[in-house]
Amino acid sequence: MSAVTTDTSAEKIASAKARQARITGGILIGLSLLVLFLLDVAASEVATFKLSRPRDAWVLPDLVVPGAFNTIAAALLAFLGVRQFLRGGGRWTSLSLGIGIALVIMAFLVWATAGKSFSLTGMLQATMVRAVPIALGGLAGVLSERVAVINIAIEGMLLAGAFTGALMGSLLGGWGGLVMAVLVGGMFGMILAALVVTFRMDQIIAGVVINLFVLGLTSYVTSQVFAEHRYLNNAEIFRSWKIPILGDIPVLGPTLFNQNIFVYGALILVAVATYYLFHTKGGLRARAVGEHPRAADTLGVDVYFTRYLHVTLAGMVAGFGGAWFTLGSVGRFDENMTGGRGFIGLAAMIFGRWHPVGALSAALIFGFADSLQQKLALLNTPIPSEFLAMAPYIATIIVVAGLIGKARPPAADGRPYVKE
Amino acid sequence: MMDGKDLKHVNEDMRKLLARAAFGRGDFEDLFVVPVFAVVAALVLGAVIMLATGVDLPTIGQSFVALAVGSFGSLNAVSETLTAAIPLVLAGLGLGLGFRAGLFNIGAEGQLLLGGTAAVIFTFSFPSLPFPVLMIFGLLAGALVGAAYASIAGILKATTGAHEVISTIMLNLISFRLLEYILRQPYIQREGRSDPISKSVPEAGQLPRLLDWFDPNLRLHAGVFVMLLAVVFVWWLLFRSKIGFAFRASGANPDAARYAGMRSGLVIVAAMATAGALAGLAGASQVQGVLGRASPGFSAQMGFDAIALALLGRSHPVGILFAGILFGGLEAGGRQMQVDAGVSIDLIGIIQALIIVFIAAPLLVRAIFPWGFRKETKGGKA
Repeated sequence: MSAVTTDTSAEKIASAKARQARITGGILIGLSLLVLFLLDVAASEVATFKLSRPRDAWVLPDLVVPGAFNTIAAALLAFLGVRQFLRGGGRWTSLSLGIGIALVIMAFLVWATAGKSFSLTGMLQATMVRAVPIALGGLAGVLSERVAVINIAIEGMLLAGAFTGALMGSLLGGWGGLVMAVLVGGMFGMILAALVVTFRMDQIIAGVVINLFVLGLTSYVTSQVFAEHRYLNNAEIFRSWKIPILGDIPVLGPTLFNQNIFVYGALILVAVATYYLFHTKGGLRARAVGEHPRAADTLGVDVYFTRYLHVTLAGMVAGFGGAWFTLGSVGRFDENMTGGRGFIGLAAMIFGRWHPVGALSAALIFGFADSLQQKLALLNTPIPSEFLAMAPYIATIIVVAGLIGKARPPAADGRPYVKE
Repeated sequence: MMDGKDLKHVNEDMRKLLARAAFGRGDFEDLFVVPVFAVVAALVLGAVIMLATGVDLPTIGQSFVALAVGSFGSLNAVSETLTAAIPLVLAGLGLGLGFRAGLFNIGAEGQLLLGGTAAVIFTFSFPSLPFPVLMIFGLLAGALVGAAYASIAGILKATTGAHEVISTIMLNLISFRLLEYILRQPYIQREGRSDPISKSVPEAGQLPRLLDWFDPNLRLHAGVFVMLLAVVFVWWLLFRSKIGFAFRASGANPDAARYAGMRSGLVIVAAMATAGALAGLAGASQVQGVLGRASPGFSAQMGFDAIALALLGRSHPVGILFAGILFGGLEAGGRQMQVDAGVSIDLIGIIQALIIVFIAAPLLVRAIFPWGFRKETKGGKA
């Protein structure tokens, strides 16, 4: 617990922390009641989670969870909640909440699976796959917002990548399609940079315009050209590629090491971006441009060039993520096939507090909810799948509203810089 | 803390706001020259795109003729144009009002969907009410629900500072799922249907068609009066009322508005609620005047087109009215173009996007068309 403070601002922070701890405590107690009453499972029932397929190299036995798990989970949640409420330890707030949410998700799975069996590994694999475009969209957001350019255009860049992947993939083969998708994504990044840096257009309007333009152009070509010339929209897809030995590890293997290049690419890009932004000179300069462009300029950093470079890189990342929709899954382009994933990526970025790893983690949560929603349809639970599908969006609003800790964007985010 | 420079800005902004708008050369360029250039440039680029996708020159000519004829070339075309313009203008007025107050509300799509759905549910729930009463209450129900839904984002912004762009995008996504759920409820779903579609608006709840005595195919409905009333109302609200002044002051300079004693939180919530009411009204007028029922995606991207519209109309009610008629014309003409020339209506989306690029980046237009503008004065508007 903090020492006695005389400073009023410190008091303010302390009271804000205490308030936050109380809110968290309240949420946890609420979740505990939810688990106890709504996700109640008879103690005699068991939920069976399949961890491996019979023909895997190492077969793990099924994970059998008794129904009593949920009662224990509710008790744990109540303990965490009461502890938060009474003690209000700032240090434990986020951790308690993280543990609490994980417990609720587990209890939910046990409740939904009670009396049935369910492939946990299959769901984790699907989670990873579905997280890819969101994670890459979020990473694109991180790269451009770290240099203070708000990038609403991620959706359009994903769509452009998907379209180019299908068209060029049909003409040049998978790798050619992928390279072109990245380049076209980069081109739209550069257009965004030109609009907001050189022509000082409002950043949000510029993003909205790029989205509208890409949506219009790709839909137009799809109905005008692809409808007649089917061979232009029939690309070869990248199959999953199993990494030897690692791919045979139960649960972890299929999830992480038996995927296509988009999953590997996303993981590598997140690692590279984290190293670059936080451990290299270039990354430090980029962040300086995002926090205080005037100071960066004074110290000899070329603000305009830095913004152009990073927004273009962001576009390339988004182009790669867009190619996932076509080259990584179905091989053909459909109108508006990204369906708002770019915006969810943007939310993942905020959720992940403008950090590549944070964005990836948030994307995994969205991917998990996405795949869970699909699996639930098979399990016939009484909860309408629409509500489950809403959960990540509601969570995003809660996070953006700062109800669970405040996320701070780069200081100069969204402001054009005019050199004096 | 504000230093002298900031204070100077505050003073300038306030003076600009308070100054009676003198119609100068700069306004003329902003209001007429830039939009005209933008539309012409967008149409030319549209032709280039058609050429690039293998459409031959005669067909391009034919499609532009169809675009013109289908939008303003006959009574039926004008009726279709105005019918398409009604919801766009209503939603666009709300967004423009938000822009004036410094709020970038992307959520018109969701507010419109839920408003429209509320209007449908209200009207078929009280089929015994007589004609004008049910119709008006239906519109009000739509406006109320739209306002309530938009207020969520407003309240979050006012109390926690959550950026309205993200929260309205999320509210849009939530509304799509919510709508699918609502439309499957037994009370709301049409009998004998398994897909999500609502029951119909009863006769007494519909906005009556205005020209069906002349030709039953003319779809223009009484919503056009709602639209015109809304234009006048928003103009009055923004430029003649106290709260409208607070909206504009907060948008132009939030710090100054706060120092002048305006309560920024209240202004944000009020502006969002008004914008949501107008979007909800747009949804209600669409279901009560044209569609007669709600189904997933009945908004047909109107909430997003309205953003473009508000930008094109420079967030001025009259500008939005004209921009709405232009977009309605593009919509109606685009359908004709698809039928006559076989060119996909998606081209219209490209043209609309290009129009906004040119409008929203005056520097770009000035770079492309150096003539027609007076020389930029040092330190003048950029």
